[in-house]
Amino acid sequence: MSLTHWLRVWSYFPVLLQGLCVNLSLLGGLLGVGFLLGVILAILEVYGPRPLRILAFGYSWVFRSIPEILLLLLMWFGPARFGLEISPFLAAVIALGLRSSAYQAEIFRGALQSIPVGQMLAARALGLSRPGAVIYVLLPQALRLSLAGWGNEFAVVLKDTTLAYAIGVVEVMRQARYIGSREFPLILPAYLVVALLFLAATYAGLFAIGYAEKKLRIPGLEARR
Amino acid sequence: MLLRVEELHKRYGKEEVLKGVSFSLDKGETKVIIGPSGTGKSTLLRCINRLTEPDRGRIWLEDVEITGPRVNINRIRAQIGFVFQDFNLFTHLTALDNVRLGLIKVKGLSKKEATERAMAELARVGLADKARAYPAELSGGQQQRVSIARALAMDPKLILFDEPTSALDPELIGEVLAVMEELAQSGMTMLVVTHEMGFARSMADEIIFMEKGVIVEQGPPEQLFRTPKHPRTAEFLRRISDLYGGDQ
Amino acid sequence: MNLAFSWDWLPRLLQGLGLTVELTALSMAMGAFLGLVLAVLRVYAHGLLYPLYLLASGYVHLFRGTPLLVQVMTFYFALPSVGVRLSPFVAGLSALTLNTAAYQAEYFRGAIQSVRAGQMQAALALGFSRLQAIRYVVLPQALRLVIPPWSNELIYMVKGSAVVYLIGVLELMGQAKNIAARTFRNFEVYLVVAMFYLALIFVLTLALRWVERRTRVPGLGVPGRA
Repeated sequence: MSLTHWLRVWSYFPVLLQGLCVNLSLLGGLLGVGFLLGVILAILEVYGPRPLRILAFGYSWVFRSIPEILLLLLMWFGPARFGLEISPFLAAVIALGLRSSAYQAEIFRGALQSIPVGQMLAARALGLSRPGAVIYVLLPQALRLSLAGWGNEFAVVLKDTTLAYAIGVVEVMRQARYIGSREFPLILPAYLVVALLFLAATYAGLFAIGYAEKKLRIPGLEARR
Repeated sequence: MLLRVEELHKRYGKEEVLKGVSFSLDKGETKVIIGPSGTGKSTLLRCINRLTEPDRGRIWLEDVEITGPRVNINRIRAQIGFVFQDFNLFTHLTALDNVRLGLIKVKGLSKKEATERAMAELARVGLADKARAYPAELSGGQQQRVSIARALAMDPKLILFDEPTSALDPELIGEVLAVMEELAQSGMTMLVVTHEMGFARSMADEIIFMEKGVIVEQGPPEQLFRTPKHPRTAEFLRRISDLYGGDQ
Repeated sequence: MNLAFSWDWLPRLLQGLGLTVELTALSMAMGAFLGLVLAVLRVYAHGLLYPLYLLASGYVHLFRGTPLLVQVMTFYFALPSVGVRLSPFVAGLSALTLNTAAYQAEYFRGAIQSVRAGQMQAALALGFSRLQAIRYVVLPQALRLVIPPWSNELIYMVKGSAVVYLIGVLELMGQAKNIAARTFRNFEVYLVVAMFYLALIFVLTLALRWVERRTRVPGLGVPGRA
């Protein structure tokens, strides 16, 4: 791994960056899916009727127990088995999104449960319905309280996007592999560049979330946690 | 002379907590250090076994200089008992194991010898029946008595007490003071920082009054309590008696 | 809509399960050892040992900040370019170990730092050396406190170990891939493997809860106590 290899891998930098962009759009998609489903699941787990609560719990347990890479394969081969062709990218968004929803639900559930009962009582006393109280009073507080946990989840799923490699999404790992098969000595520098890209993306993301946390700070909200 | 402290200085950032403290302690003597909070009493005790490093000054235990360059501080500490304000019993160990651990790991006693010794010390503080209890299962007073047993078991030349009753509920203070009184009477050398004026008055051979990092006055309890030489001592004693309702 | 399973897959899958358990157990054990050393360095290496602190911190950030897949692939596909040839098993195990060591280091560090400072002080006051105090007083408490996060890490590693099938290790996923390639029953095989993982993690979760109960000490790690 000499200097010349490092200089040569630089010429491939745009390709790797392009690969990373695929990872990042995957990230955006799966976080979106995970967020929507996660919020719904959390609300069901905390406020839902008993059968729905058990169902939500089972869902969480399944998607937290199966390896991410296996979920990807199931989502890739499953629909095809029933004659439904979807792109590898879409399969990855759904598989990783479902998994993330189980973890995000856990974060939101913890936050919802940490909000004092008085908030719900006060909202109901104003004449808000139960769903209304959850949506307008409890959820905004819970989401704000979830930011730190959500930062962790972001860091985890960002790295998990590389697993889409397994079902043929042409993301950054695949690009690095291509570089390696074209010029074998470049494989190590290529992987190291990928590692650095992820380090940079992780810390940039965590910094942004930290900034959001500061911006969205509500006096007294986390003091009571 | 068992312990000699000379010109001890300690500063935390801008604040000088100890500004040249000197005193000495004879074998079998009990000295009590009193004074307002935040005047360096605890820092002084911690400097003596170098849990806190003094900036300047020298300390001798018998003829060994604790502050000397090549001293094995662990060996010195094993000879100086220390009783903390908040007990600091090892959370994961039973009362018996708390007393035994130092005997086995520091003094190298066999498990059997250590057990016998530890049980004897627990009996001495009246807690033989609590040997198997974890700290969280004991009252504050009981925890402090175990921690005294832990210090005693090491067969120390002297014991330092850092406000041993300050973290206790009022009704639990008595049992700890009783153990300390018995110790003092048995001839143990003790240096005690406390706000318990009753104990100071009845048990101390000498009282040291400290304020703002210096020793203002020292003397036998009767003299210091009745006819303090220094106006600051008198002022402190008056405030204390206002606070606690006179002699307690 | 005709799903077809076969009992013939079972022996191979069980063999794969054995290797999954082996990979996880070995990497967790070696990772625990390395993680403990890293954590102790990150908490206690001051003064002259400061370079070791920096080294340990750099290691932890590097391995936590990059994907496990990058680490696995680097070990297997990239190291040969500098003359280091590892078998799929050794490459996979090494990457998994180094990865989990970084995470475990953080859990150990958190646990060590949540042991109150007075405990160390009391040990020193009795004449313990710093190393003895860490060994006999701080670590026994930290190790009990670390059980819940460590349990999560174990489960994460059971799942994480699946990625090494991509470099040809014949653990559960690797065996499944081979069967799928032969039978073209991808979905069915992977569905069965999913059941294997669900069962494995269910059993592990119960076992870990049992361990946590067995090692519980009154007053240690109970929320709300000082």
